[in-house]
Amino acid sequence: MGEVIVVTSGKGGVGKTTTTANLGMSLALLGHRVALVDADIGLRNLDIVLGLENRIVYDLVDVVEGFCRLKQALIKDKRLDGLSLLPAAQTRDKSAVSPEQMRNICAELAREYDYVLVDSPAGIEQGFRNAAAAARRAIIVSTPEVMAVRDADRVIGLLEAMTIREPELIINRVRPAMVRRGDMMDIDDIIDILAIELLGVVPEDDAMLVSGNRGEPAVLNGSSRAGEAFRHIARRLRGENLPLYDLERPRGVLGRIRRLVGVERG
Amino acid sequence: MSGARERLGKVLRGLAGWARGAGWRGRPSGLLARERLRLVLVHDRTSTSPGLLEMLREDLIDVISGYMEIDRDGMEVSLSRASDSVMVVASIPVIRVKRQASGVGC
Ligand SMILES: Nc1ncnc2c1ncn2[C@@H]1O[C@H](COP(=O)(O)OP(=O)(O)OP(=O)(O)O)[C@@H](O)[C@H]1O
Ligand SMILES: [Mg+2]
Repeated sequence: MGEVIVVTSGKGGVGKTTTTANLGMSLALLGHRVALVDADIGLRNLDIVLGLENRIVYDLVDVVEGFCRLKQALIKDKRLDGLSLLPAAQTRDKSAVSPEQMRNICAELAREYDYVLVDSPAGIEQGFRNAAAAARRAIIVSTPEVMAVRDADRVIGLLEAMTIREPELIINRVRPAMVRRGDMMDIDDIIDILAIELLGVVPEDDAMLVSGNRGEPAVLNGSSRAGEAFRHIARRLRGENLPLYDLERPRGVLGRIRRLVGVERG
Repeated sequence: MSGARERLGKVLRGLAGWARGAGWRGRPSGLLARERLRLVLVHDRTSTSPGLLEMLREDLIDVISGYMEIDRDGMEVSLSRASDSVMVVASIPVIRVKRQASGVGC
């Protein structure tokens, strides 16, 4: 039986879809069978981030309404063995699926796949509830901003009421240089305030825009810092006992020199 | 050696932040963010768990009843927000003060 994990946030645009795509790919790179479920019905994006948008025939709602079998709707990623996407419907809304139906679909996926990652829509309404319904574990994505952390706190409260005991946090778009000069909240302060386990930290990275343009998640790009952070987080997610990814770790000769003389871009 | 470099770095960054003004409140905005978040979550959390203030109310009744007889129905417990802090405000009408305290601490 695989694990069903929901990726959620409360606030929109903080990186749920990016996280789902990158963690899914990383887990597949590590040799796991992974199914990604886009639960953002009406605003699907996971297909674009993964570069699979041209291969969609059926979607989640077609499965729910019996127009096709689950297997027919799943898109297998040709770049990577063991990775599949169940796309969301684009022309329907969140009420097209019920929590019960989500539970059934995820249970069926969990029989075949080691990990089922569900990309939740923003908000705390039915779309979020559907996405979380089947999950035993939750990843909360936040940025180091007051608004995002506040919404994360609200979602953590709701998940706990839905029997997801210990949500795990990913802080995305961190800028180490800003943290150092005190103009961005400290990671330790955020986990202290939220009282939650920290799964990992992902730096702000321009390569994200490029990988979005190309439909190639950053983990496939050996030189992307965010990609490296996500690969590291995936190993922690599957239970490896690793220290947190060090955002400040100098990379390459140039990075080392910069650190030595104390100048760093940020 | 590296310790000294780190300290020097800290001092320099501090000075740089100070020179930039670090906002009109004269503090790095990261700290400000943390404090604002702390305050707003006190409210968010108490209203998402309506049981919390109710539990506090019951516990207050238990403690105070050791010292005085109070009017439970006229009692009010709420959170109130000042500019940079949150307070528990309890208004508890007293009916009679007991001659012999039987409080928890006695
Ligand atoms: N670490 C990062 N560095 C730079 N850009 C990032 C980073 N993470 C995410 N982004 C960018 O932020 C934008 C929003 O990301 P994403 O779509 O993953 O958020 P979301 O939480 O799924 O949004 P929604 O709530 O709309 O579903 C995207 O353009 C993405 O490329
Ligand atoms: Mg999204």
